[in-house]
Amino acid sequence: MKNPLDSLWGTVISGLVLTVILYFVVKSILG
Amino acid sequence: MEYVPAVARWLHFMAGVMWIGLLYYFNFVQVAALKAATADGTAAGITKHVAPRALLYFRWAAVVTWLAGAALLSDKFVDAFTLRHGMAGIGVGAWLGTIMLFNVWALIWPNQQKILGLKPATDEEKNKARRVAFLASRANVALSMPMLFFMAGGWSHRAIFGL
Repeated sequence: MKNPLDSLWGTVISGLVLTVILYFVVKSILG
Repeated sequence: MEYVPAVARWLHFMAGVMWIGLLYYFNFVQVAALKAATADGTAAGITKHVAPRALLYFRWAAVVTWLAGAALLSDKFVDAFTLRHGMAGIGVGAWLGTIMLFNVWALIWPNQQKILGLKPATDEEKNKARRVAFLASRANVALSMPMLFFMAGGWSHRAIFGL
């Protein structure tokens, strides 16, 4: 499997996915 | 002492803009520019004159950003890093920023010193250093996205967290 960090788009999409995951983590802590 | 948070926030923003701005410069501009410059034999212009200066401001801006952020958190520092007392949002941002600072000083800078010839290294060591520095830098771009989301989470984010 290709490393997503090898391309800029892969990096940006990884960042967005991580943002969504952490959003739900923080929401559950704050809720 | 009431001026400390205001000055800390101001410094945190200025240094943060420099740090992340240079991170985006490296990843969105310099990587591709260096590839093209290597092909036409002009890479030395970047590796000798641009990259060392950019790295100097990059790594020290990262330190100033972190220290100013810690000063801004002040007595909420522990609550933020332990994600307690309603500080989970900014705490996750602070953790991400701390991981990014580690990447700068433990992975990117030591390997860039080998790549740029500031530290002796064999060709094999330089190739390995290139890969490690590249991936650490790209990881920081990915981490910067949630980091900025949570760092910027003031009143505007309360609604989406259901608060």
